[in-house]
Amino acid sequence: MPTRNLTIALAGNPNSGKTTIFNILTGTRQKVGNWPGVTVEKKEGTIHRFDRRLKIIDLPGTYSLTPFSIEEIVARDYILLEKPDVVIDIIDASNLERSLYLATQLRELDCKVLFALNMADMARSRGINIDGGKLSELLDVPVMFTVGNKSQGIDALLKAAVELADKEKNSNSTRKVRYNKDIEHSIGVISESIGRHFGETLSFNTRWTAVKLIENDSVVREHLLAMDTRAAEAVLTEVQAQRTTLTNLYDEDPEILATDERYGFITGLIKEVFTISPGKRVDISRNVDLVLTNRFLGMPIFFFFIWAMFQTTFTFGGYPMAWIETLVGLLSTALSNTLPESLLKSLLVDGIIGGVGSVVVFLPNILMLFFCIALFEDTGYMARAAFLMDKVMHLIGLHGKSFIPMLMGFGCNVPAVMAARTLESKKDRILTILITPFMSCSAKLPVYIVLAGTFFGPRAGTVIFCIYLTGILLSIGTGRLFRKTLFRGEEAPFVMELPPYRVPMAKSLLIHMWDRSKIFLRKMGGIILAGSIVIWVLSAFPRAVVYDHDYAMDRTRIHQLYAEKAAIASPSEMGILAEQRGAALGKVDRAENTERIEKSYMGKIGKFIAPVFKPIGVEWQGGVALLSGFVAKEIVVSTLGVLYAAGEEDGDDALPDALRRSGMTPLSALSMMVFVLLYLPCLATVSAIRRETGSFRWMLFSIGFNTGVAWFFSLLVYQGGKLFGIA
Amino acid sequence: MILLSELKEGQSGIIERVGGSGAFRRRILEMGLTKGATIYVEKYAPLKDPIELIVKGYHVSLRVEEAAHIILRG
Repeated sequence: MPTRNLTIALAGNPNSGKTTIFNILTGTRQKVGNWPGVTVEKKEGTIHRFDRRLKIIDLPGTYSLTPFSIEEIVARDYILLEKPDVVIDIIDASNLERSLYLATQLRELDCKVLFALNMADMARSRGINIDGGKLSELLDVPVMFTVGNKSQGIDALLKAAVELADKEKNSNSTRKVRYNKDIEHSIGVISESIGRHFGETLSFNTRWTAVKLIENDSVVREHLLAMDTRAAEAVLTEVQAQRTTLTNLYDEDPEILATDERYGFITGLIKEVFTISPGKRVDISRNVDLVLTNRFLGMPIFFFFIWAMFQTTFTFGGYPMAWIETLVGLLSTALSNTLPESLLKSLLVDGIIGGVGSVVVFLPNILMLFFCIALFEDTGYMARAAFLMDKVMHLIGLHGKSFIPMLMGFGCNVPAVMAARTLESKKDRILTILITPFMSCSAKLPVYIVLAGTFFGPRAGTVIFCIYLTGILLSIGTGRLFRKTLFRGEEAPFVMELPPYRVPMAKSLLIHMWDRSKIFLRKMGGIILAGSIVIWVLSAFPRAVVYDHDYAMDRTRIHQLYAEKAAIASPSEMGILAEQRGAALGKVDRAENTERIEKSYMGKIGKFIAPVFKPIGVEWQGGVALLSGFVAKEIVVSTLGVLYAAGEEDGDDALPDALRRSGMTPLSALSMMVFVLLYLPCLATVSAIRRETGSFRWMLFSIGFNTGVAWFFSLLVYQGGKLFGIA
Repeated sequence: MILLSELKEGQSGIIERVGGSGAFRRRILEMGLTKGATIYVEKYAPLKDPIELIVKGYHVSLRVEEAAHIILRG
């Protein structure tokens, strides 16, 4: 009796066109999340076809199923433990030999598998001819041909998958991957031992388990031990004996033997099913690479692309950004004007709209940036970028692909941290995420402009350049340090496929871009909202402030004074008088605001932690500004404005003048800039770090480490400077 | 004995043995750089590292230090 619900998993090598087929199958009905416990993207979608409810799962793209990387473990565990009804292996038809490595491994697993020879048109144009019928016969697997980016063969593929799911399982072991007689002998002995000790209790296929044990697969070994320790130990003793025999026979590790044998088996298959007509080889991709990774042109072109990406992001992203800003402004004004003066209004306008609004404006930038990255990835250029930059990044102990996230850090750390997803190794990913915040993001620039502009005059540009340089040098330094301490051990080999260039599909690009932006909106929205409310509470409470000064009286006096003046003034002077009165009242408002903030929880915290900031030459006002910068770095400037410049006349020079008068020196300004450069990342970045590393520990580490480094270097600057007599 | 890292652009060879150890060696083999496979040096990156190779009909890159573990038939 056929079931109405079926689960179909898509497996395949990276760059096999798996994601394209997934997108065609599920369209917009896809859910993106993470596999439990790991930061590997999990995509699934449910569709209704052939009177069935089909759940399609996109497994991580892998080259093999040996449990070396998280992606491989995730893919294998899913097939082994969740037992999908059918696994479709998407194979790049023009890259058959290497693709068959994963395919044979899937065939060895006891699951219903179907091969989709994808990009069949591309293979044909390269003169490749594959005998699908023969391949199907040799491996006892249904073989279909598809052209993913033209949606060809997808319906037939889905139909074949459903038919396969309905068929009775036949375990025709003779057609499975065969090894040489010595390995087959060992497989037999171990299978027999498994049968004897575990009987029918084992949920995995016996032959497969035996092969994995010969390959010393730790996951399978632990699985057996967890099931029945005594039985497992008996089996493992037999495995050890067989492994020793094989090692002695071939002078080679059994796992290497198995890999060699599998490829040997594949070579045999290829001879039977694969022909290539030599005259027809036109390799466009190779010609493109003659230019794009050219010895002389490669680098300049790469930097041009990166420049173009930033230019697009910040120039074209600037317009919608301004619209959103206007919209947020309008909303805020509208609410201010309509709602009566109350705590709720303050919460809405100052807390929520102010806080969330300051982050939402980055959405256009983020959309653009992710569109460009999707373009790099989908065309295949990302692999070339890593190829070009690997030498440089390797000096820091990183992979070539780390370059893009680090560079993006200059724009905004949030997408930069999220872009670290393109790195395959978890170590590389976390290391990149940890050093990215040292790349000075664009939100910090206003702070430098104000401080350097005020205290360094014509040399401001040089000072700001040095600040940026310090960030870069520190990221290199910490990268090397972390690689030698926290992330010790073997570096993952840089075996990276350079896939053929492909014309990206608009649909895929948009889905890619939107998936990532959605994460930004949803998650950042939540934590930013919470953070904004906390900051607002800290600065708005306690409500009942006992002021040292009677501001109400000041206001009454001003009103009286101008009323008297107005009485004797000529009509032409009225306008000027009204302006003067407005300025005088504004001054009182700001003075009151300053005192209120000083007496708020925020001010109290500022004064409480003042001793921490004293050694680095930052006053309590600066401390409060830095604290408020946790929400978003731009806020540092506006908080400084509120705390220092209040009571001054309006104008562009109000803040610089006030800063100069406050007793701040060029040296303390420099120290504060260094602190801003290095200290804890903003709330949005912190939550991105939490999400992308998948652990609170790394998030807290990042906060603590960055702030510690910031304090130490600011101390070095300030105290060192004083020692050398620089004020 | 010739190491893969000693080949120049445009040269090719047949793999005799993949050295190194553990996960590295396994990964290299899984990517199809197995004994007996023909390997062609397509180009070196502009900064002389990594190397772009063609093996089993596809393009793959390896760092020079890693290529030094691959011994070719002399």
